[in-house]
Parts: sequence; structure tokens; C-alpha cells
Amino acid sequence: MAGKTLYDKLWDAHVVRQNDDGSCLIYIDRQLVHEVTSPQAFEGLRMAGRKLWRVDANLATPDHNVPTTGQAAGVEGIVDPTSKLQVQTLDSNCDFFGVTEFKMNDPRQGIVHVVGPEQGATLPGMTVVCGDSHTSTHGALGALAHGIGTSEVEHVMATQCLIQKKSKNMLVRVNGHVGPGVDAKDIVLAIIGKIGTAGGTGYAIEFAGEAITDLSIEGRMTVCNMAIEAGARAGMVAVDDKTIDYVKGRPYAPSADQWDAAVANWADLHSDADAVFDTVVELNAADIQPQVTWGTSPEMVVSVDDKVPNPANERDAVKRTGMEKALAYMGLQADTPIREIAIDKVFIGSCTNSRIEDIRAAAAVAKGRKVAANVKLAMVVPGSGLVKQQAEAEGLDKILVEAGFEWREPGCSMCLAMNADRLEPGERCASTSNRNFEGRQGMGGRTHLVGPAMAAAAAIAGHFTDVRHLN
Amino acid sequence: MEKFVTLNGLVAPLDRPNVDTDAIIPKQFLKSIKRSGFGPNLFDEWRYLDRGEPGMDNSNRPLNPDFVLNQARYQGVSVLLGRDNFGCGSSREHAPWALEDFGFRSVIAPSFADIFYNNCFKNGILPIVLSAAIVDQLFKETEASEGYMLNIDLQAQTVTTPNGESFGFEVDAFRKYCLLNGLDDIGLTLQHVDDIKAYEVKRKTATPWLFR
Repeated sequence: MAGKTLYDKLWDAHVVRQNDDGSCLIYIDRQLVHEVTSPQAFEGLRMAGRKLWRVDANLATPDHNVPTTGQAAGVEGIVDPTSKLQVQTLDSNCDFFGVTEFKMNDPRQGIVHVVGPEQGATLPGMTVVCGDSHTSTHGALGALAHGIGTSEVEHVMATQCLIQKKSKNMLVRVNGHVGPGVDAKDIVLAIIGKIGTAGGTGYAIEFAGEAITDLSIEGRMTVCNMAIEAGARAGMVAVDDKTIDYVKGRPYAPSADQWDAAVANWADLHSDADAVFDTVVELNAADIQPQVTWGTSPEMVVSVDDKVPNPANERDAVKRTGMEKALAYMGLQADTPIREIAIDKVFIGSCTNSRIEDIRAAAAVAKGRKVAANVKLAMVVPGSGLVKQQAEAEGLDKILVEAGFEWREPGCSMCLAMNADRLEPGERCASTSNRNFEGRQGMGGRTHLVGPAMAAAAAIAGHFTDVRHLN
Repeated sequence: MEKFVTLNGLVAPLDRPNVDTDAIIPKQFLKSIKRSGFGPNLFDEWRYLDRGEPGMDNSNRPLNPDFVLNQARYQGVSVLLGRDNFGCGSSREHAPWALEDFGFRSVIAPSFADIFYNNCFKNGILPIVLSAAIVDQLFKETEASEGYMLNIDLQAQTVTTPNGESFGFEVDAFRKYCLLNGLDDIGLTLQHVDDIKAYEVKRKTATPWLFR
């Protein structure tokens, strides 16, 4: 019998029962909760007179709506009344049901996908869900983690389980080592460019290979975060010593007397040597250059040295139309060199790239340089209050502010522009977020996805430029 | 949840791949704490010429005459025809809520994003996967013939065109059962309380650090 993949092991360990049609009841160890996708779930519980099955399995924090300035004022400081009501609703629901919540004025507040791992609230071997598609992030710790809709949020609250069909197994192996100046974001954008935004649909993806194991846990989170942009609900990386070191000592990590047992339990969280995957995709790390998206889907991505593709070269009619629509929306001409595209704004943040090493990467580029005059706003939004504290302790905020960046307070911010941070129509942004969809960062806004060093380099140059050759 | 048994519905074609949930319902409308009322803002950025905000009187807003759902021939639609990777992006269930509130009961496409596909079933919407060639044919027929209707039979798992051509589709037995009967699956899961409790006891012994 063939060995098991990491996904097989995680799945098998969580099957509560199998239904006649092959679907399973899967046990959920951790649910992360935020203000946007939970109010209707809590309301559903109240209407049915139900309680949370396991209060301690839930952890909440507001992130999507929170402003990135003036957070000391707490929820009362939110100007937009609908945003304020949504955060207040989370607060009152958590108070009513007894869920632990890091409220707005708590230094532990931040983006759920930054806060979970940072607190040790997401651990190897867990099943992790959240009403947010970027829950795939937590797979970086060797967990089975994926986004769910609000009905399923309510289902997990009420039953601690989900009804699921097992996905297929995909292995994405990135062989060898990336060159200097190429980061986790470039790796995952290159993967999406190769397999497409629907390439992982129906699969759980395991990321492996030297270029993945070389990455820090933060870098692996960046890669797993964007598994969903390749269509896969879950992305994951096997547990190794880096994972164990990352988890140790975090507030929600196993206590000292349980630590050895936990580490022993996690030792098996890797695919067996003879495991069989339904699909295997391989990339050569050395071929990966800094990436920049040019269109309105993350698969519309090229290397910084490339040009905007020409739809005339696309033979598939549906794809060609899609490219033409994307170019029209993005206000770009085919065959324009990426490095000639000037930008208006820069956003460094989001659950993809707002951890301490992302801030460090941006600051390293910004140090001793100035944001270009044509850039109206370059903002850096740390992923949590603790990331912010750490960055400030390292003096990164000063470096960034000195260079002309704005140093903000934690939240999702301009990744999806639910708060006040957004693009105006026609504005072009170098963004470390995860989606370049039409209108994502504001109606008519034009998003180019890049890594944090590339975003900082674009801020300095005023246009896209290869961070490895920045003057 | 409303049952879905059969539907004879007017079809609207949305001819672009990768229609994402941000396009289906833009983020500013996600600030609502309700489940209903999203229909007027379905495809807001494509449908209107101005920038939509929550609380606006949508009946006074300038419509984009080029957008398919604004055309007279597509008023009263209940079936949406889409292209590959329909519903990609954010997991927001507000997307099927908006589609349902607008009047859609079924979406037909060559492929769907997983989370959106799953969310549809929780809200009485039947997502149907047909081959790219068949979907292409349906696009041509819809555009060629005003008032084009499709007959969808969930029990028989068929989509039938006005000239009687019928196409079969796949659907999971459990999802079909829930949709045919309009069932809330929390209630169904709670029939297995003993299984969940037994699993929990086992897990608590094996991995006590997950319970605190």
C-alpha cells in the first residue's frame, strides 16, 4: 500500500464519521473569527437557541474594517458608522458567547492570519478554519487550514465539525534555491503563473522542495496564503525544525509539560516517501525572477524584466477576451516593458506580506532612500499590534518614515479597502496583497501584486524596477 | 433554505472567465450584519456607472447600459451562464446571498471555485458544471434567441434547452438531498452528536494541548 501524503494524514486524523455518499464529518480544532463573516453566523445560533460547541476552539479579532490610524480610540474611533457597527457587533457577540477576542485597543489585535500563528493559536496537526479564503496561510505550520462561508462558520460554531469531501492531492515542488533578491511572494506568484488561478481547484496543495524548506515560517505563510489564488482551498508545508522552533514559547502553544508529547506527535506531519499525489508540478527555483502582475487575475503575472503580454498571441478566444478586458481595465498597452509602468501608490501589508520579515525587507530597501515624487502615498501596515511593536523596537518604522513611507496601525487595510484606505479610480498601486481583481482596492483602482522588497523599490523608483539592481 | 426541485428559468450570459466574488458583491456592502438585501448591489461596479455605497437609493443611480443584467431582454432572469473559474477569490457568502436576492437560483459554468460552489448549496442555489463546449453552445443560443429559457431538473440531474436537447450534470448525493428538501445541515450534523463526542474524547487523550 502506498504511503500517505501530509494532507491524507491530516484528513484521516480528523474524520469523525463517513457518510454514505463518501462525504465526511471532519473535526475542527480551531476557528478564527473576524467581524465581516461572523455576524450572520452568530445571529443564526441565537435564532436557533444554540450555543458554541466548544468556546475555547474559537479566537476572534476585528481586522477588515479597522482604520489604520487612531486605533487608540478603540471602536469608538471608527468614523464609518457601518464599519463601526460591524466591529461593535463582533465585540458584543464575543462577549455574549464567551469567545476570546483581541479587541481594537489590544496590542495582540491584527489580521486573523497573522495573529493566529503569532499567538500559537494555530499549531501543527490542527484543522483550522475561518470565514476568510486566506485561511490557507496556516498550512505553513503543517496544519489543514482553509476558508469557509458564513453558513459553515455557523456550522462549526454549533457542531465543531464540517461536512466535507476529501480533495485530491497536488504536490508543488520548487527545486533548488532561489537567487538573492527573490522572495516567497515571487515563488508563489511564479507558481500561480504556471498552474493558473484554477489550477489547484479541487486539490489540497503541498509545497515542497529546497526553495520552500529554505523559507522561514513567515515566508511559507506567504506561499500558503496564496494557495487559494491558485484555486486550492488549502496549501501546506511539512513540519520541520523551523516549524517547531517557531511555535515554541508562544502563548497558546503546548505548555512545558506537554511540549515533548506534542513535538513527538508532530514528527509524522510530512508526506511519506512513497506517497502518491494525483498531480505533481515542478519548478526550478533558479528560474524564478522578481514577479509583477499586469492584469486583473493573479495568474496574469510576468517577471520584472518582461513586457505586458500581447493578447494577439493568445490562441484561446475566451482567454484572449479576458486579456483584452484586463488590459483595458488596467490602462496598459500590450508589449509595454513592466519597468516602464509608473505607479501612484504603494501598499505594503495584508495577510500575505505584513509580518516582521516583510517589514524588514521593505525597510532594507527604503534605508537611506526617498519615495519618488510621483508616488502620492506609500503606506506600510503591519499585520498585528505585536508586529508593529517588534518593528518599532528594531527601528524599522523610523527608517520607513524617513524615506517617506507612512507607518500605520494593523489591519487588512488596502488589501480589500473596506476601511478608509483605498485607491481612487485610475490610480495604480504596487501592492504586496494577494488579489489584483477589478475594484479590489477601490473602484477603478489598478493593482499590481509584488513582494515587499519590490513594492519598496517601486516606491523609491516611482515605477516598477528590479530590486536587485536598484541604484 | 428554499428548496430547489425544478426550475424553468430565463437565462443571462455573463461572458468572462474568472468572475470573482469581489465583482459579484463589492467589499463595501459586506459591512452589513444581515443576510438579505444584497440583490440591488449584485455586480455593483459593472451594473452602475457611479461608485456604490451602502445606504444609497439604488433606484436613482445611473445604470451601465452595456451590462447584461441591465438589458430589457434579461429582466426576470433566474439562471446565470458563466465561464471558467466562476466565483473565485474571497470566501464571502454574501456572493450567493446577492445572487439569490437578485433572483438567481442556478449558475451554469464549465468550472467553479470550490468555496463559492459550496456556499451556493447552503443558499438554495444550484451550481451546475457543464463542459466548456456545451456552455459555449448555451452562450450562443442564449444570445441568439430572446427569451431563452432552460429547464433544470435536480432530481433527474438534467438541463434541457427549449428545443428539447438535454444535458446531464453531476451533483453530490448529500448536497442534492439537502437542496431538494431545503434542509439546514446543522440539524443533520447534530444527529451525530454521539460520534462527535466520542471523537472528542479520543482527541483530548491523544492531543490534550489542543483543549484549553
